[in-house]
Amino acid sequence: MRILSFLIALILNIGLVYVLDTKKVLPAPLGRLLSPQEGIWQNAESLNEDFNADIKFDGLKGKTEVFLDERLVPHVFAEVEQDAYFAQGYIHARFRLWQMEFQTHAAAGRISEIIGPRAVSYDRNQRRMGMVFGAENALRAMEKDPEIKAACDAYTAGVNAYIKSLDASSLPLEYKLLGYQPELWNNLKTALFIKAMTNDLAGYDRDFEFTELLKVMGEEKFRMLFPEYPDSLSPIIPKGTVFSNNGMPVSQPANADSIYYHREDSAWVQPGFKPDPANGSNNWALSGNRTKSGKPILCNDPHLSLSLPAIWFEMQMTTPAYNAYGTSFPGIPGIVIGFNDSIAFGFTNSGRDVRDYYEITFQDETRSAYRFNGSWKPTALKVESIVVKDSATVLDTVAYTLHGPVIYDHGTDRGLQDGKAYALRWVAHDESNVLRMWWLLNRGRNYADYLDAIRHFNVPGQNMLFASKSGDIALWQQADFPLRWKDQGLFVMPGDDSAYLWQGFIPQADNPHVLNPVEGYIGSANQRPTDSTYPYFIPGSYEVYRGIILNRRLAAMEQATPEDMMKLQNDNYNVFAEFARPLLMRYIQPEKLDGKQKGYLDMVEKWNLYNNPQEQGATVFVNWWDSLQTVVFQDDLIHGQRSLQKPERFVLLEALLRDSAWPFVDDTRTSEREDLASAVTTALQKASVELNKKEADGKLSWGAFKNTTVYHLLRTSAMPFARAGLNNGGGVNILNATTHNHGPSWRMVVHLDTETEAYAVYPGGQSGNPGSRFYDNFVDTWTRGEYYRIWVMKASEHSDKRVKWKMTFKS
Amino acid sequence: MKLMTAALLICLLGFAAGLYLPWWSISFVAALVALVLSLKPGHAFLAGLIGAFLLWGGMAFVRSQANDDILAHRMSQFILKRDSPGLLILATAIIGALTGAMGALTGGLLKKMRGSRS
Repeated sequence: MRILSFLIALILNIGLVYVLDTKKVLPAPLGRLLSPQEGIWQNAESLNEDFNADIKFDGLKGKTEVFLDERLVPHVFAEVEQDAYFAQGYIHARFRLWQMEFQTHAAAGRISEIIGPRAVSYDRNQRRMGMVFGAENALRAMEKDPEIKAACDAYTAGVNAYIKSLDASSLPLEYKLLGYQPELWNNLKTALFIKAMTNDLAGYDRDFEFTELLKVMGEEKFRMLFPEYPDSLSPIIPKGTVFSNNGMPVSQPANADSIYYHREDSAWVQPGFKPDPANGSNNWALSGNRTKSGKPILCNDPHLSLSLPAIWFEMQMTTPAYNAYGTSFPGIPGIVIGFNDSIAFGFTNSGRDVRDYYEITFQDETRSAYRFNGSWKPTALKVESIVVKDSATVLDTVAYTLHGPVIYDHGTDRGLQDGKAYALRWVAHDESNVLRMWWLLNRGRNYADYLDAIRHFNVPGQNMLFASKSGDIALWQQADFPLRWKDQGLFVMPGDDSAYLWQGFIPQADNPHVLNPVEGYIGSANQRPTDSTYPYFIPGSYEVYRGIILNRRLAAMEQATPEDMMKLQNDNYNVFAEFARPLLMRYIQPEKLDGKQKGYLDMVEKWNLYNNPQEQGATVFVNWWDSLQTVVFQDDLIHGQRSLQKPERFVLLEALLRDSAWPFVDDTRTSEREDLASAVTTALQKASVELNKKEADGKLSWGAFKNTTVYHLLRTSAMPFARAGLNNGGGVNILNATTHNHGPSWRMVVHLDTETEAYAVYPGGQSGNPGSRFYDNFVDTWTRGEYYRIWVMKASEHSDKRVKWKMTFKS
Repeated sequence: MKLMTAALLICLLGFAAGLYLPWWSISFVAALVALVLSLKPGHAFLAGLIGAFLLWGGMAFVRSQANDDILAHRMSQFILKRDSPGLLILATAIIGALTGAMGALTGGLLKKMRGSRS
């Protein structure tokens, strides 16, 4: 009896521990998670947490001191430059390890390992897109460069020194919640991170959508929907700039008219995971003759998905070679956007197309050969293993052609028919050593150094802004841009004809650029870099309106101060509405509106054209115009069950301003001929359905409607880790480009005075630990449009009261 | 009282074990204390319950206080679907208590079983 009681108790005991230690019965291992000494409570960081540390590592060549200030910004002072990268790797890992690994796993198509079968489709796409392929090629080039290899090796060693110091109780929170452990870092992961950012900025394309649209609508209508130049273009490089030559010769294939423009069959692929086309930014520089101090000011605010942990990590790095401050990417060494004692540098996305698709005909189902120039060429077949948590490993064989990997074929779940296959030619696959650019920029002293640095950067295309204390301002749109004949790359090309290959790259010296323009300012906001006089065909996905308002504001700047610049980064003026509202007001038929709708009309009429958080007119306008787009295009942009590619925002507006009888306005589904008045009125009536709901919820004012939210990287699965309901203004086409979950992920203003005066902020915090007071402590500052004054610390200031903690690194 | 001594021992030794061993070491410690102190099963269960409740609840409370409940606000929403640091600390204490109680009970029953053989 007693034996029985004991045995039952023992079994229950073991059973209880099992239930509380695994996910087999309960959705979470509550015993392990809630254990105060092993679980989440260990991540409850004390408000008085001690971040002091003494790290000893055999490979370090000298002493490195890192002073952490009250915002947890590290100021690194290294006796030997290479040690600075070790310290940076260690610090990045100390505060952001989980994010670094998660993002590089995503790049490598390894998310299924962490979250299971529902990520297999995503992972397969990442492999087929050649993310790892590109990273391996980049790594090869990086490691041929001794200085870059040394920096990466040191960085990797730093990250791993931190990882090795972890035990079960000190793991970052997300590892505990998701139930896995970190693996060691390596240089390939640094390369993968670069590819992940490259995809975010140069991974958006519409080749299949355009091909379909061309086939369904014909060329004339296609051109109406996707004209090359907006009427209102305000380019980056001042209009009237003379380009030094007529461009490299490039020849269109003889059969393009039939094969390319008038293909008989369709080339359709179900679109996969695309990066956000809004990934862009603003940057601008004023020369001394437009500033109060007579010294240049450089500003940059990159626009990315707002996330926690933030994509950026702020720090200072001082080595014998340079003293640089700015923001860095946990995952790569160096300062990415920032300044040193002589120069400042910033980036916006160019939006230029560096990605094309080639249609492949395989010899047979083995995919071991494909047709090229009349004969069968062998492919290289690579088997990708996708490890899946709690499930069997998924194998995918990818065929590689001379163009690149075959991203879509019958092996992928993208709705392909008729044995068609498509290979991806992407500049991101090419060997490249982009880190060298930052290695050189961080120590650059002048324009010549900057020019030398940027030549190493091949992808993604960026508008690289420069300013120096000596008074120069400059911008180059830099990458390896394919040399294209007119329209090459808009549509899918035949992959069996060498006449369709890229005929080279645009010579670097011909890339759009400007140095010390007489206008005294340079600005870029993802718009087309040049007007139509540029002698090359440069397709891409471009913004229009932010460029207009930016150039307008910069042209009016006199005696500018850093405060003026901060105000400009937070400018909520809606220049698109400035052009569009008169159109709406002219054609609306108030007699057809009900009481509430008349109220909305009134709000728009009285609105001050600023998307400020309290404005209701902004909400009504935005919804009304979106509704008008739908009303105008929904009947035209449909083919069977498929929606066709919608045009850019400028197209409808400019077409209607030119001609209110634009053919697309008519709803082809009805027998009557709808005109603009009826479309505009119907649009407001339809928009009012949603507006009524929002008004009833008290969410009609723009800030409440937009509900800006900084999500955790695990998105809606991790809402307790997010910051929602941020009441700020801004939006699409606006300098303060803040939408629901996307916007200025870093804001920086650098006044290149003798003593650099700089300001910065980002919507996050230095620590990636949701249990830390440094997790999201910058968010409210950013929301209010405020900034922190940057402290460019000197080594002699180590006793300054702003220094809270110290880390030392030595061997 | 032997029960309170046992509870206190479970709390302290459980803490010590937890510095080096996984979370369920509290179960072992409780069993050991019950065995060594020759607790009757009923008293063992109570000692384990109280000792582990104090350890887990106490530690969670102290850590959360020092953290201004930042993490507890977030984690309680995750685990308990409501924003209540106090509830999360209580849940922690209860889970620890159950584990300790079951461990101690097992130890007490083992003692009883072995004790009856002699």
